[in-house]
Amino acid sequence: MLEVFIFATLNGLVTGLLLFMLASGLTLIFSMMGVLNFAHASFYMLGAYVAYSISVHLGFWTGLILAPLLVGMLGALVERYALRRVHQAGHVAELVFTFGLAFLIEEAVQFFWGPDTKNYQSPDLLDFPLFTLFGQEFSAYRGFMIAISVAIFVGLYYVLTRSRVGLIIQAAITHPHTVANLGHNVPLIFMGVFGVGTALAGLAGVIAGPVLTTFPGMALVLGSIVFVIVVIGGLGSLEGAFIASLMIGLLQSYAIASDLGVPDLLSWLGLEFARDHPLNDLWTLTLPQIAPILPFLLLVLVLIFRPTGLMGNREQ
Amino acid sequence: MIQRVAIWLSYLGALLLLPLFFDSVLAISIFNQMAIAIVFALSYNMLLGQGGMLSFGHAVYFGLGGFLAVHALVMIEFETVYFSVVLIPLVGGLIGLLAAVFIGSFSTHKAGTVFAMISLGIGELIAASSLIFVGFFGGEAGVSGDRTYGPPFFGIEFLRDVEVYYLAAFWVFLATLFMYLFTQTPAGRMANAVRDNPERAEFIGYSARRVRYISFCAAGFFAGVAGGLFALNYEFITEENLNAATSGRVLLMAYIGGLGYFIGPIIGAVILTLMNSLLSNFTDLWMLYLGILFVLTVLFLPRGFAGFIMMHQVAWIRGKLTTLAIPYLLTGIPAGVFAAAVIAMVEMSHSESDAFNFLGLSLDPGGALSWLLMLVLASASLFATRSSLPQLRAAWEGANSLPGDETE
Amino acid sequence: MALSFTIPVSIISRLRLALLAALLSTAGLTSAQEPVRIAFMDPLSGAFASIGTSGLKQAQFAADYLFNANGGILGGRMIEIVPLDNKQSPTETQIQFRRAVSDGLRIIMQGNSSAVANTLNDTISRHNRRNPGQEILQINYSAVDPVLTEDNCSFWHFRFDAHAVMKLHVLTDFIAANPDINSVYIIGQDYSFGQVVSDTSIQLLNEKRPDIAIVGNEFHPIGQVKDFTPYVTKIVSSGADAVITGNFGADMVSLARSIIDNGLDIPIYTFYAAYDGITATLGEDARDKVHLVHNETSNPIPTEERKEFIRAFKAANPNNDVTQPRIINALSMLVQAMEQTQSTDPYDIALALEDMRFTTMSGNEVWMRGDDHQIFQSLHISVHTDEGVEFDADNSGFGLRTIHSVSAENSIVPVNNCRMRRPRR
Repeated sequence: MLEVFIFATLNGLVTGLLLFMLASGLTLIFSMMGVLNFAHASFYMLGAYVAYSISVHLGFWTGLILAPLLVGMLGALVERYALRRVHQAGHVAELVFTFGLAFLIEEAVQFFWGPDTKNYQSPDLLDFPLFTLFGQEFSAYRGFMIAISVAIFVGLYYVLTRSRVGLIIQAAITHPHTVANLGHNVPLIFMGVFGVGTALAGLAGVIAGPVLTTFPGMALVLGSIVFVIVVIGGLGSLEGAFIASLMIGLLQSYAIASDLGVPDLLSWLGLEFARDHPLNDLWTLTLPQIAPILPFLLLVLVLIFRPTGLMGNREQ
Repeated sequence: MIQRVAIWLSYLGALLLLPLFFDSVLAISIFNQMAIAIVFALSYNMLLGQGGMLSFGHAVYFGLGGFLAVHALVMIEFETVYFSVVLIPLVGGLIGLLAAVFIGSFSTHKAGTVFAMISLGIGELIAASSLIFVGFFGGEAGVSGDRTYGPPFFGIEFLRDVEVYYLAAFWVFLATLFMYLFTQTPAGRMANAVRDNPERAEFIGYSARRVRYISFCAAGFFAGVAGGLFALNYEFITEENLNAATSGRVLLMAYIGGLGYFIGPIIGAVILTLMNSLLSNFTDLWMLYLGILFVLTVLFLPRGFAGFIMMHQVAWIRGKLTTLAIPYLLTGIPAGVFAAAVIAMVEMSHSESDAFNFLGLSLDPGGALSWLLMLVLASASLFATRSSLPQLRAAWEGANSLPGDETE
Repeated sequence: MALSFTIPVSIISRLRLALLAALLSTAGLTSAQEPVRIAFMDPLSGAFASIGTSGLKQAQFAADYLFNANGGILGGRMIEIVPLDNKQSPTETQIQFRRAVSDGLRIIMQGNSSAVANTLNDTISRHNRRNPGQEILQINYSAVDPVLTEDNCSFWHFRFDAHAVMKLHVLTDFIAANPDINSVYIIGQDYSFGQVVSDTSIQLLNEKRPDIAIVGNEFHPIGQVKDFTPYVTKIVSSGADAVITGNFGADMVSLARSIIDNGLDIPIYTFYAAYDGITATLGEDARDKVHLVHNETSNPIPTEERKEFIRAFKAANPNNDVTQPRIINALSMLVQAMEQTQSTDPYDIALALEDMRFTTMSGNEVWMRGDDHQIFQSLHISVHTDEGVEFDADNSGFGLRTIHSVSAENSIVPVNNCRMRRPRR
């Protein structure tokens, strides 16, 4: 039992930190432009695919560095030439645009790389078990994933709160006109932040691609979960996103690890239902079965009872 | 007033006469799809276009209505209940309404992002539940019924799709009419006010939340009617009809057609149905083209196709529409050629076969000549399009400016 | 920037067919006869397109190679395979079905997804009841839900693949015969096929080897799982000696990769873990671990005739493999039925197909049972490897090597719940 708990925690951490890499970029972009970027997970997918193509020719490590840069550049271009234009038409138009962009990127990925899964491999260098506990291996690559995610969180936090650039960005978010009057190029800052946000998503894709399978549906699987995290954590709050990411990662991992379900509840209550009962599907429901939809349940509950999210201070 | 009645009569006429001109099984099938899509897209417009509520889970009401409608068909078949199948869309509508009454009671507190996220969460929850609760939703195979077992309606047993089409046309007309009338009621007017400025609407004594709730319930009802029509036409329904993809498609329809214009979603529904059923026969890249069309629409026609048409109102009233015809042709033809050349290159790079026919041209993906030809064509037409743009702009300003401006 | 683009299959088939028809009409002035048109309805765009287009190529190639190149059938008529893209969606299937009716197509081949096959079965039954004289025939070459030849069996439906329970009989026999396996973990997608795999495996293993412990029986939502590692953790801690899964597509790849990446060295018994990119993605890591239950041997190929066919197919379609020999069997048996009756009417064909015995390219005899329209053919278990693989998959060097075979006679299961309504003429 202890081994299951330990590994469930580790798995939850890996997933949670990966989710945070996506959520951090998304929440930065939100605080800046006030719009949720539906295509954020699509940049994550692009990161995985671009890195795959690079890794075939130049190896994993080159892909790790080049792919996020390329994805970030693409993100900056999207901001400069499309989002800025749509911005004038209001928030709904922006949201709808990013929705369409997500749709388009998925189709484009299928066009360029085909609908098959891709054989994107983790580097040989990290192809050994980091440690073995109760007969289970924890691969070095997963350790590497944790290390990168933590480094990103620390780096981002430091840049945003301690560095001059970070202070200008924070100021530009709340008082764009004042910052512009002080002589800073606010549109350039916005473009830069969008680029960095998408590059982070790309980086998440690069390191997640080998373990979570690189295929055209990978954005869809993750996309709405990242949304859920940003909303639960409180829109625009980096700390909230961090807490919510870990919470969701652990929640799902524990739910899968547990074997609990309605049958246990019923037997505890001393109730029993025949197999042909009309609600049989409900009586046999187990936690692992519904683990992937728990975040959505949490989302609806949070939005009803605390629309600002855990750490958020504004609603729109 | 007479003008309005004329528009509605021609709408009714078009609905009734279409199957006389196109009577193949395929054509009827496409018309039925359109009918369903029109009602669904119009109901979505009630939310987003008129009420300002961006929903990513509108398929829930469509799907739930459809599921109950199919279950009603099964009940009719086994004589648990006794009524004519012509009322099935109403069953769907009532279920859609019930679901909206319940879900709206907590999701319409706020508009904007909060509403959008709740709709997303609920959409995902119900879509996931539909795969878990196999008893009601039938798993991935869905549930099916048979529309022909009910009591005949004036001798019609709905054996053929065209009979269903006329029934659908009747419901589509009725639904369209009621949705239009809704926009004219105080509730519909207040929905617009709350969309544009909820604070002011509150100041004059309306509860923004209540107004949103009413629109939301009405939209749920009509989405359910569309689901009922779906059930009647296909005699089955599966979970894919209430998942996020269906919710996304209705957003696409409404947006491409034009939000905020009553006729917009109808145009969008027709365009998307045609793309889905005709374009997909010629190329498996149709989804890519749809994505491009959508993104281009959001970028360049933020008010959709309907908005593009309505842009010409001023020129039309001033009788200057004809001055735009030639500039439009001068820009439109090279732009069309450019699009065709780009599509040809996309298809060539995607093709594995030796040669294929494209708009009467035989293209060889392996041959340099085809590529060169298309590249030259594309760059020449792009250049022609760009150089014709100033002319178009001048003509546009000329057609839209006030008489006094021209002398300046 | 050297990005590698794999260019997927194209279907500008309508245009291509028009071109082909034009060529044929000018080339063969003597055979101005109408082609025999067969619809091929499968996902040709979207997420599942690779399986559908690969099947389409096999059907088209088989028609050209076996029949059209030899002067056609029924005294000089060509076979034309008409692609219909149902995007693996039941709703889209309905729409494409109407297109088939509109185009006068009377035979529909379909294979992917049992949900689609069930929908099509329902729709065809209704259509045939309402439109006597214009019946349509369903040639199911791959959907394995047992219900199609049991509770929902239909005179107008023929299945050319072994259904899930038959395959599980073979698989559980194989597992039961392995004394090293004392516990089994079952994991699958939460839908009807996953449920059938789970329920049947448990039941059959209990009958055959009551001492094998079922240490896990897990369902996960289709296409929703980001990371299978938490599931693999459970598999490891359960101490299972083998895993059975009915997963397909990305869920299959992710599960197998997770199991292997976590250092778990146990056999994985699957239904769909090969070809269309999966073999290449599994690659080296899955060697000798991933097993597949399927029909028609793959490596060693028993006959020169089939080797010749595969080589010719690879020459024409270098990026695809002959993944589904049952498509060829289905087409060949259809043609045999047409030749026997000298008719292309679905009713005549259906009668001729009933109880037909046919020798496949591999030299095996198959039998289409008349009572429920279920085919019986030899079934095999193969392993993912690169040793002794003459014909690999995905050009990866890896492929399937057959390690266990069950003859057609030994794969027969009794008819359980099929009460077929036979139309009279």
